[in-house]
Amino acid sequence: MPLSKELKKEMFWMMLLSRRLDERAWVLHRQGKIAFHISGIGQEAAQVGAVYALNKGKDWLVPYYRDLAMMIAMGMTPTEFVMSLMGKAAEPTSGARQMPSHFSLRQANIVSHSAPVATQSPHASGIGLGIKLDGKDEVVLTTVGEGSTSQGEWYEAVNFAAIHTLPVVFIVENNQYAISVPQEKQMAVSNAADKACGLGLDGFQVDGTKVFEVYEAVERAVEKARNGGGATVIEAKMYRLTPHSSDDDDRSYRTREEVEEHKKRDPILLAREQLIEEGLMTEEEYQEWEEKAKAEVDRAVDEATKAPYPKPEDAAFPVYAEVKHG
Amino acid sequence: MAEITLVEAIRQAMDEELAHDENVFIIGEDVGVRGGVFRATVGLFDKYGGDRVIDSPLAELTIVGVGVGAALYGKRPICEIQFADFIYPAFNQIVSEAAKMYYRSNGEWSVPMVIRAPYGGGIGGGLYHSQSVEAFFTHVPGLKVVIPSNPYDAKGLLKSAVRDPNPVMFFEPKKGYRLIKGDVPDDEEYTVPIGPAKVARKGSDLSLFAYGMMHHYALKAAQMVADEGIDVEVIDLRTLYPVDRETILSSIRKTSKALIVHEDNLTGGYGAEIAATIAEWSFMDLDAPVKRLGGPDVPAVPFSHPMQEWFMVNTDKIADAIRELASF
Repeated sequence: MPLSKELKKEMFWMMLLSRRLDERAWVLHRQGKIAFHISGIGQEAAQVGAVYALNKGKDWLVPYYRDLAMMIAMGMTPTEFVMSLMGKAAEPTSGARQMPSHFSLRQANIVSHSAPVATQSPHASGIGLGIKLDGKDEVVLTTVGEGSTSQGEWYEAVNFAAIHTLPVVFIVENNQYAISVPQEKQMAVSNAADKACGLGLDGFQVDGTKVFEVYEAVERAVEKARNGGGATVIEAKMYRLTPHSSDDDDRSYRTREEVEEHKKRDPILLAREQLIEEGLMTEEEYQEWEEKAKAEVDRAVDEATKAPYPKPEDAAFPVYAEVKHG
Repeated sequence: MAEITLVEAIRQAMDEELAHDENVFIIGEDVGVRGGVFRATVGLFDKYGGDRVIDSPLAELTIVGVGVGAALYGKRPICEIQFADFIYPAFNQIVSEAAKMYYRSNGEWSVPMVIRAPYGGGIGGGLYHSQSVEAFFTHVPGLKVVIPSNPYDAKGLLKSAVRDPNPVMFFEPKKGYRLIKGDVPDDEEYTVPIGPAKVARKGSDLSLFAYGMMHHYALKAAQMVADEGIDVEVIDLRTLYPVDRETILSSIRKTSKALIVHEDNLTGGYGAEIAATIAEWSFMDLDAPVKRLGGPDVPAVPFSHPMQEWFMVNTDKIADAIRELASF
């Protein structure tokens, strides 16, 4: 389905808001106001493009820790994210039990994930199995980085989904680095998507810096899955523009020149140029949105700062779901 | 009442739960057409079809990882690990994912799932078809760990496990699959709650705590020493985690002596937790040091019969331990 003007603008807004929010997290960390941040800067096009192919409220998302823009596009508020950065009680992913960016949003069918990578991939296949067993036309979308495709859990998940023709879309956000380790030390194939052919399903690459191209590729895979055509692997190629996390120093393993070169293909920049070129957005409008994004982020920081911390004893629960008798 | 084997009780429990709740399904290696290598799922594929009794790829992490996902979706998977020795590829999924899901999502997501695995030695299985793995999992809050010893409990506990909203590790003493027979009601449905231990034999001289196959040896040993005038109380722990502390301590208050028996290696084994519990909460009730009897600290059960028997705890070894403790 071609994207309407309104949807294209909305997608750009989600990217922009996520970017400004992500940047503020770095600032808060440098100010000593938060302990940790793991960034999705440079991956917003792939993330927003992918989830706009989903039927929100019906389909399922099993994300990984760089998917801030996905979460914002799926309905997590900036205040909720900043609360998670600050470890505030009301943050919705875990009640501040997990580190920031370990996402979950029950009401949006977004499943909780952990930190050991690719552990979420088999969950996506399991949800896909549940959908198939129940005869529903829902779809699961799940993400990993390219480093995670080295894990057996990812292979096993894709293998199972392929065997059972499950409605799962496996996105690989290839940002070229797993902390410091580049792709060529991660795999002997040129593309993570190439791994699909050994598992008996389709694998495609897409330019992960171009939001509407990602949307089109994922939309095709989602509709194929919804119509009983089974799983697809989609590799979105982009570049991690920041260090791995607030605890990393990427100067030890890549040059500044390399990073600067990739900033020319910043997905926010590319989407902005395209919208202005297509006449969907004026420069003035864009400046207004920048102001609006700043105001939203300011408000989120303000609200999250005022929000209460959990009580120490809240850490004791909840370990077990209650057994219902009868 | 009908007398059935332990494995038949497990099969019946799954049969009834498949019929009781359409969200229940079984996934594991050879569970389908073959009916399981131990025949625990025999007939279920024909009765419920391939969508409810699913032959998995030969990959344990797939079985559990897919099970976790299906449970998140709202299904109730029964995951079969063919031998407990093969559970380690799934360890990450059990410990990092299933056990922590409810806590880490602040109660938003739960994993109602059973992981069944035959465990234990004495069957000529060598290093990799004989292991007892329970101690790895009784260290993990968020899991429940159940080990039945007899058909009645196995059926009732497994039905409770399937209906439990939490991940339940259900370890089955495979040596007892056909050896252990017992009466099970054939005209009424019942469940056995996860949690309570059972005083299987009342006694006054010492308390003997065991589970699974060792519970049967414990009962036999208690019978042997009864003729010598030693009156042993035998407690079948049944649920290892969370443990029934009250039943343990009330027995110690009565007998003042504790012997804990398991076939797993001694060091860091489950008996250490029971010993510590008694020392911490019932020290003043004790008349003797808490005694543990477990497998020797070698990596696993050897294959050759003489060496296997050297490894395995048996009735004579338990009787000797009883005599030693009783005479303290």
